[in-house]
Amino acid sequence: MLTKPDIEESGEGAAGDVGEALVEASGLEVHFGLRGGLLGRFSGRAAGAVRAVDGIDLTLRKGEVLGLVGESGSGKTTLGRTLIGLTKATAGTVRYRGQDITALGERGLRPLRRRLQMVFQDPHASLNPAMDIRTAVGHPLRIHQLVADEQEYEARVVDALERVGLTPPERYLGKFPGDLSGGQKQRAVLARAIIAEPELLVADEPISMLDMSVRAKILQLMLDLKRDLDLTYVYVTHDLASAKFFCDTIAIMYLGRIVEYGPTAEVFANPQHPYTEALLAAIPEPDPERALPRELPRGEIPDAARPPMGCAFHPRCPVAVEACGWEARDLRTLLENRWLELAPEAATREKSLFADVESLAVDGLSTVAIAPGRGHSPEDVLEYLRHLREEASQAEPREPFWRGVVSMHAESGRAVVEFAPPRDPRLSLIPATGVQVACHLREPVGSTTGT
Amino acid sequence: MATTTLPTGPIEPDASAKGTRFGGLRRITAAIREARGVPRFMLWAGAVISALFVITAVFAPLIAPYSFDTYRSGGHNFPKQGSPDGDHWFGTTVQSLDVLSRTVYGARTALEVMLLAVVFSLILGVLLGLVAGYFGGWLDRILVLVMDALFAFPYLLLAIVAGFVFSGIAGGGVVTAALSITVVYIPQYFRVVRASALSAREATFVEAARAMGAKPSVVIRKYLFGNVIQSVPVITTMNAADGIGTLAGLGFLGLGIQPTQAAEWGYDLDRAIDDANAGMWWTSLYPGLAMVIAILGFTLLGEGLNDVLNPTMRRRRISKVLLPAHTRRRTVTAPALPDVPEGEAVK
Amino acid sequence: MTEPVLSVRDLRVWYGTDRGPVRAVDGVTFDVRPGETLGLVGESGCGKSTLGRGVLGLTPPAAAVDGEVVLRSPGGAGRNLVGLPAKEIQRLRGPELGLIFQEPMTRLNPLMRISQHFEEALRAHHKGLPKQEIKARALAALRGMGIPESRYGSYPHEFSGGMRQRIMIALALVLRPAFIVADEPTTALDVLVEAQIIKILADLRKNFDTSLVLITHNLGIVAEACDRVAVMYAGHIVEQGDAREVFANPQHPYTRELLRSTISLSTTGLHFIPGSPPDLVEPPQGCRFHPRCPVAMRGCATVEPPEVVLPTGVVSACWQQAIEADPALADELGPGGREPLAAVKEISVADEA
Ligand SMILES: Nc1ncnc2c1ncn2[C@@H]1O[C@H](COP(=O)(O)OP(=O)(O)OP(=O)(O)O)[C@@H](O)[C@H]1O
Ligand SMILES: Nc1ncnc2c1ncn2[C@@H]1O[C@H](COP(=O)(O)OP(=O)(O)OP(=O)(O)O)[C@@H](O)[C@H]1O
Ligand code: SF4
Ligand code: SF4
Ligand SMILES: [Mg+2]
Ligand SMILES: [Mg+2]
Repeated sequence: MLTKPDIEESGEGAAGDVGEALVEASGLEVHFGLRGGLLGRFSGRAAGAVRAVDGIDLTLRKGEVLGLVGESGSGKTTLGRTLIGLTKATAGTVRYRGQDITALGERGLRPLRRRLQMVFQDPHASLNPAMDIRTAVGHPLRIHQLVADEQEYEARVVDALERVGLTPPERYLGKFPGDLSGGQKQRAVLARAIIAEPELLVADEPISMLDMSVRAKILQLMLDLKRDLDLTYVYVTHDLASAKFFCDTIAIMYLGRIVEYGPTAEVFANPQHPYTEALLAAIPEPDPERALPRELPRGEIPDAARPPMGCAFHPRCPVAVEACGWEARDLRTLLENRWLELAPEAATREKSLFADVESLAVDGLSTVAIAPGRGHSPEDVLEYLRHLREEASQAEPREPFWRGVVSMHAESGRAVVEFAPPRDPRLSLIPATGVQVACHLREPVGSTTGT
Repeated sequence: MATTTLPTGPIEPDASAKGTRFGGLRRITAAIREARGVPRFMLWAGAVISALFVITAVFAPLIAPYSFDTYRSGGHNFPKQGSPDGDHWFGTTVQSLDVLSRTVYGARTALEVMLLAVVFSLILGVLLGLVAGYFGGWLDRILVLVMDALFAFPYLLLAIVAGFVFSGIAGGGVVTAALSITVVYIPQYFRVVRASALSAREATFVEAARAMGAKPSVVIRKYLFGNVIQSVPVITTMNAADGIGTLAGLGFLGLGIQPTQAAEWGYDLDRAIDDANAGMWWTSLYPGLAMVIAILGFTLLGEGLNDVLNPTMRRRRISKVLLPAHTRRRTVTAPALPDVPEGEAVK
Repeated sequence: MTEPVLSVRDLRVWYGTDRGPVRAVDGVTFDVRPGETLGLVGESGCGKSTLGRGVLGLTPPAAAVDGEVVLRSPGGAGRNLVGLPAKEIQRLRGPELGLIFQEPMTRLNPLMRISQHFEEALRAHHKGLPKQEIKARALAALRGMGIPESRYGSYPHEFSGGMRQRIMIALALVLRPAFIVADEPTTALDVLVEAQIIKILADLRKNFDTSLVLITHNLGIVAEACDRVAVMYAGHIVEQGDAREVFANPQHPYTRELLRSTISLSTTGLHFIPGSPPDLVEPPQGCRFHPRCPVAMRGCATVEPPEVVLPTGVVSACWQQAIEADPALADELGPGGREPLAAVKEISVADEA
């Protein structure tokens, strides 16, 4: 389904193998239970869960570099860790070479760990400060009993250090992590990751903590290692520029879901999802000739414990449509943003129309009854909202919120606003591109089934 | 954020070879070497006093003129309650025992008990702390409960109870006394080690070890241990000081070591109370003084170590910089030549 | 041209350490005009933060500072901030000088409401300001950063990272300083939030004539948000000038290499600068960049290059431009001084970061 675009230099090692599925995830979910506040614990009420990974299907082929891209909290790290069994999935399966690793316990996974390695974000914290490089880098060999004697051990460690460019190795063998710079530490971490001959390497933002002049060096090193050792990478990052260069396939994540998934070249050339477009537009461009003024999506990534209804991106989406999941919370945001821009007196006047704006902050309200403020009738509120809608229909760019409002009427002393029923967008393939995207605007015509 | 620090000079091969096994200790010794000012003084004074105490204890048979239970020599009984003189520098007790010898041998007893107690509690406390901190869960809860209960108990009372229990089993010797004291100290090691194991467990390098496929026992030994023993030397020295006091307390109450087994300062002090009322100061002064000095030595050592090793107490030494005269860079203004192809130099 | 609001001349900040003085900032000269944003870029450890703090008089006690930092805002009144008593500088901080840190959570007191932070900041410099007035000014500043009024009473942990950073900016702005140093204000944030904050900073100088020194690792941000840029290397500013000009036609070899090694959307091949920045206790002789410079000449290793003011207004401290500007200067490099320096090829990865 997904084709692997050529990337210079990295093709040779993986020649015959491309296409063989190495890891397959289906219906993968990781939900973290929230402990909740003191009160919640006493009253025994569950505080809900963070849906860090929320229903993900993907296939990782041998020799492929898959990029997981998204903002902080979108679940990239959790997904990467679950793919190699470091985090337990709460539902769904991960198959490594056909074997379901979600069914394995810690003990059953241990032999597989040799093949499935991980590089963590912070090189300064990834190495035991009390262990010298000789012991640290070679430790996987001891754990999996891959060497017969000391000579072989030393030879393998020296070889790994040479591979990652820590030369001459003798200079580093006796050093402690505290004596190394950030880039050198990350090299040592890579040496440790490759020494047991892994097949898959999950690299969690391996360059984001490094100085910019070191980043290219580490990326180059990872490319070299991939070529020499026939590795498959999952590259977790929020830096689209390095992902574009480094990855064959890209999965854009938002609040635990993949919203766009396809060959890198295609995704960057023709972003299909509004979120991908926004991410691409936000990258500052060092070349002043190419720098463009741009429209940024408003707001920030929502709380993963209280995700928006329907498409999780809808509160920030400039082109959202009726079924994207509008709810009471969005009305509150709309009002607050309006009042931010008004003069304080005007804002106070408008605010007095409502008894309690905070009551709109509850999640999951598809129908909301608004109590009017003292001295106002529900009709006043409705009139005000209609006026807002009127105003918005003239404005450019159009405020998408009003598309989701299906009815506003007065009912037993309250102004009732009803929103269109939410529908979850599902990943669907855009023909001829190999890109899958989860957005109502890109759904093939006729498939309006949804949830 | 990235901080690219440059390697600070070459590392001597021997330093790193030593550190291979005890990387955690390497950091401790380095910190001690860098100590300055009051902590340095406390450290050295404490070390010297403690060393004197240890030497006295180890070479007691050579230093003391008589054995701790000798009451006669050369066919003569020692004088009863004799005041200090040329034969008995520190005088003699009501049982005709030489006070100097008893004091010197007392150091030996104190050291034995202290060492045993510290070793027992260290091993048990650190082990339990590591296990509880790393695995968590019900094991952790139970251990924490037990330890907190022990910790909340008045420590002397605890030692007395433990002393009763153990003396029933093992008699009133050095080992029994050490075991009673051990019970008091295990919770201290446990708490500190568990707390650092808890935070180290969340560290990325422990996570990385798990990702490598290391078994829990390997993770604990190779990744947690070196990083949680940092605070242990401080407790050990403080406990050593405290242990001498507790032992004496037990002895004073007659619950410690039987007088026939070894000389013990607390027991001697207890015996000396009546003497002191009768104006015989020597039987109480010398054991008491020895005890105070020994406790002082270990306390100073512990406090010094604490100051040196505790990062929050450590302050960087400020070295003043004198700026040499500054010579400003020359400025050259390039002529605005229209025919200089600016792009040439760029590409 | 308007008079600069801040003029820095030959500023030096050296840290005392056991190994000898660290020449973190070693003779730096630049100007910032009202409403101008100056981007400060360079690799880690080349002295950017030290310079930012040195300008605001916030260096630690172990540092020695000399040179001139002249502040020409109304409160600064053309005084040299270097050597000014700590109390005087403290009085200027807030109404005249502002600082935005990288880590907002470490600067906001977790036990204080946002409202209390504003009250404290405003009370410190305007004694006896009525509560109504404080609230009005704080809300105005917050509104500018897109923080709704309803959050005025919240605690710092109730905000997301991006919001906290915007609150920090609002706190720095509520006193309307004439000059602000922002030390990597967006490094810990996501691309979208980062872009939002950069936009806010850009609006700021338009609306309030605030001058800004923006320290960052991200060259893209400088290109988009800054009027002028200063490139630092090993305690020196090696190139400064109009941001567009510098990015379009980088003059100094270090600037060129830095731009080439940045990974951007248009990157098709990886490039990097060999080696790593020098130890500032013993910086290299001559041009400090010579061990890593691809076009270094023999003379570069011994003689310090002059600053060359180019016709575009860009200033670059490099022998290449110096000789181009005045061929007679080549003699200073000595006989054979213009031969290429081969040392660069020999940097092993061992020295790399
Ligand atoms: N162990 C955990 N317990 C509870 N919640 C967790 C845990 N790990 C992650 N989360 C939550 O799951 C969500 C996804 O986290 P994750 O670390 O996967 O995001 P990310 O995309 O990697 O973000 P970042 O770019 O910040 O690393 C977040 O809301 C986070 O708070
Ligand atoms: N308090 C200090 N004492 C001694 N040396 C210091 C101190 N602060 C910084 N340095 C050194 O001064 C040099 C410059 O540090 P500075 O923090 O200014 O760099 P920077 O350019 O801001 O780097 P980064 O991009 O990592 O923030 C570095 O070599 C650093 O090690
Ligand atoms: S489904 Fe598409 S259009 Fe609707 S909110 Fe999501 S991204 Fe926007
Ligand atoms: S002066 Fe010489 S070494 Fe320095 S940047 Fe210019 S050419 Fe390179
Ligand atoms: Mg992450
Ligand atoms: Mg800095």
